Amino acid sequence: MLNRKKLTARLGQLLIPLIALALLLLFNLLRDPGFFAIKVAENSMGGKVLTGNLISIIDSASELAIIAMGMTLVTAACGGQDISVGAVGAISGAVFVKVLQGMGAITGPSVLLGLVACCLATICFKLFNGTLVAVFRIQPMIATLILYSCGRSIAYWINGDATPQLNSPILSAIGMTIPGIPVPTPIFAVLLVGLLLALVFRFTNISLYTQSVGINQGAARLNGINPTFIKLLSFVLLGVCVSVASVIGISRLGQLNHKTLLVDIEMDAILAVAIGGNNLGGGKFKISGSILGAYIIQMLTTTLYAMNVSPVNVKAYKAIVIIIIVVAGSPVVKEKLAGLFRKKRSGGFPAAAKKGVG
Amino acid sequence: MQNDAILTMRGITKTFPGTIALNKVDFTLRKGEIHALMGENGAGKSTLIKVLTGVYEKDEGSIWVVGGEAEAHIHSPQDAQNIGISTVYQEITLCPNLTVAENMFIGRTSGQTVNWKEYESRATAILDNLGIPARAKQQLGSCSLAVQQMVAIGRAVDMQCKVLILDEPTSSLDDKEVAMLFKLMRELKGRGVGIIFVTHFLEQVYEVCDRITVLRNGELVGEYAIEDLPQVELVAKMMGKDLNDLESLEQVGHKSAGADEVVYEAEGLSSSEARPFNFKIRRGEVNGFTGLLGSGRSESVRAIFGADRVTGGKVRVKGKDVKITNPREAMKNGIGYLPEDRKRDGIIADLSVRENIILALQVMKGFFHPMSKAQMRQFADEYIKALQIKTASQDTPIKSLSGGNQQKVILARWLLTHPDYLILDEPTRGIDVGTKLEIQRLVLKLAEENMSVTFISSEIEEMLRTCSRLIVMRDRKIVGELTGDQLTQGYVMKTIAGGEQ
Repeated sequence: MLNRKKLTARLGQLLIPLIALALLLLFNLLRDPGFFAIKVAENSMGGKVLTGNLISIIDSASELAIIAMGMTLVTAACGGQDISVGAVGAISGAVFVKVLQGMGAITGPSVLLGLVACCLATICFKLFNGTLVAVFRIQPMIATLILYSCGRSIAYWINGDATPQLNSPILSAIGMTIPGIPVPTPIFAVLLVGLLLALVFRFTNISLYTQSVGINQGAARLNGINPTFIKLLSFVLLGVCVSVASVIGISRLGQLNHKTLLVDIEMDAILAVAIGGNNLGGGKFKISGSILGAYIIQMLTTTLYAMNVSPVNVKAYKAIVIIIIVVAGSPVVKEKLAGLFRKKRSGGFPAAAKKGVG
Repeated sequence: MQNDAILTMRGITKTFPGTIALNKVDFTLRKGEIHALMGENGAGKSTLIKVLTGVYEKDEGSIWVVGGEAEAHIHSPQDAQNIGISTVYQEITLCPNLTVAENMFIGRTSGQTVNWKEYESRATAILDNLGIPARAKQQLGSCSLAVQQMVAIGRAVDMQCKVLILDEPTSSLDDKEVAMLFKLMRELKGRGVGIIFVTHFLEQVYEVCDRITVLRNGELVGEYAIEDLPQVELVAKMMGKDLNDLESLEQVGHKSAGADEVVYEAEGLSSSEARPFNFKIRRGEVNGFTGLLGSGRSESVRAIFGADRVTGGKVRVKGKDVKITNPREAMKNGIGYLPEDRKRDGIIADLSVRENIILALQVMKGFFHPMSKAQMRQFADEYIKALQIKTASQDTPIKSLSGGNQQKVILARWLLTHPDYLILDEPTRGIDVGTKLEIQRLVLKLAEENMSVTFISSEIEEMLRTCSRLIVMRDRKIVGELTGDQLTQGYVMKTIAGGEQ
């Protein structure tokens, strides 16, 4: 019993998303056991790759998962969300493609240079957002509304109206699979970004500082923390996440379309943060929750498509399920559930005690 | 009920869940007088005013206003205005982007269309009449704060007010502006308006007021004519001490005046909130800032810690010239600061007791040097034990602890950084008596271990028990430094009150 208590305490905010994920899996299992089938297939280049719904869920959620990680940090530090990630992602993609075109051939070094260039560009735009939020104390949603509405125009200026096609084994290795490895590369990208963030958390105080600033900025300042710096830093890290996601998005399709690249991803990213049990008002956070949230959203979409729900209706069904998850995770319901749980436990105490002794 | 009374309040009682904010309070305002309403924080001044202006409904008691034969029933601010009670608050509640005339008549124009020309000429008449230096067409925001306040008063006067309430009108004005405001107040007094004046500045009370009503802990202490109540007695009444039995006070603990070495020294230090002041503290010394609320004691220590924007002055730490413009630099120079408002500035509510304890030390260690989990646990355990912090575990969020235990956590946070100089601003406010004594003993013990401490408390007894030197502040200035034999409650109060000694 103690173990269970410890486990619930440790999971904490992850409990509801984990239950949601489990229920979704269970639903699919009952509906169609074939949903989980993973097969080995041959791709266009003749390499062997794994295919199946689960693989495709984890693969297509990659951009969302990566951006959700950065969004978690901005949410925690600033108590608000960045709604310009999709638009800035388009800018990032435009810069990436511009560099590749400028270099002529798509080679390893040119891709790397493109990645660095689009990272730098995104960081600049995110610093603009961050400055409005941290220095001028503008509501994050308003501060990022500016780039949300003009970001895709800027992407258009950089690259013109053309939707350049980029055919290169290097890009398809990034966006699809590396020859010889049967698992899609974007999945590794999520792991890599997650690992890098984990290292940053391990070797800096960013987690403690971010939470302190998000919970009580004034008190954090009186303890020597610089709230402006922490907020800017959260935007910079989000910027890096956005660049990586945009490069994956371009590589996946082998083309740049500034109108559709990472379109609408900002709302899904915010949703992932919320489903992960993070407080959208800032403060305490768990990155793992947001990653889980991203996979739940993708799983939901894939499930609905597998059920032959027409694309027009998918969003409505998605909304219903999301309402249920978010309400279940709300403080009101949590408290009620915790109360019920306590009552039940204390009622069933003798039996449990006997078991424990035995 | 006196004949010339224009406002009479009798037996006003107002309770909030758990507290009695006002207990059978009487208050009388006469025609053409300026009446000061005095009391420390929590005395019930603002509750009384809110009852009078209809923001709160009274539980018991009655209010009469001259002109109405029967008891006045005030259920809303609109009711209060209709019977001639107007209020001008500390913060300007007008619209800075409208003109002076628009501000004066907005919300009380009649009919479907508004003839602003006519209102402008009426506004000009009021301004001239009262000698307010503003033009009707001028944008309000372009006037100084004092003039804005005077416009608000002009608006109130034009609404035929009999009773004018000025709630802390002078707190953001400079001396010249205060003089201007006082001139206007005297002018209105001459016209028979009764003015209720709420302020923390004692000298201003003696400059303009005719009578004083003192409240303490929600009860009426008394009503006095200004000439019958010397400043020092006013202070004693506000604090609830009888001057005669002040002199006898036991002394607990061993007070240390400190070694010769000066740990911290400031010359002409000033911040956005504090006027320039000089200050120094020696190794192992415990001193304190005292004064009434609003006297600038907290603002001064905040300037030392760099909590507000530092605007000038020279600072030496252990004889070396240093610059302290933000809390981080203060911490690097071995200064710790426990803020006055624990909830707002002290605790990080959602974080655990452990994280709250190690926060300051972690910040000092630097962004790239996080402590190990084991080390954090060890530090937290050590201080939870040393300060006897009552918490379920070190993982418990600090917000679920009692006030006293929260305060101990913040104390632990600063003790863990081993500062040379620790500033404690109201560490005993809002916590139980036992913990209060514990904290006082701890302060003396720290001083014995050669830490320098500045201890601020609203309760003079506490400061007398712990401090070997008291810096007395009044109206945002240091007005005295007391040591040795001068450290008696009576003498401290006399210095706080100033004037006649």
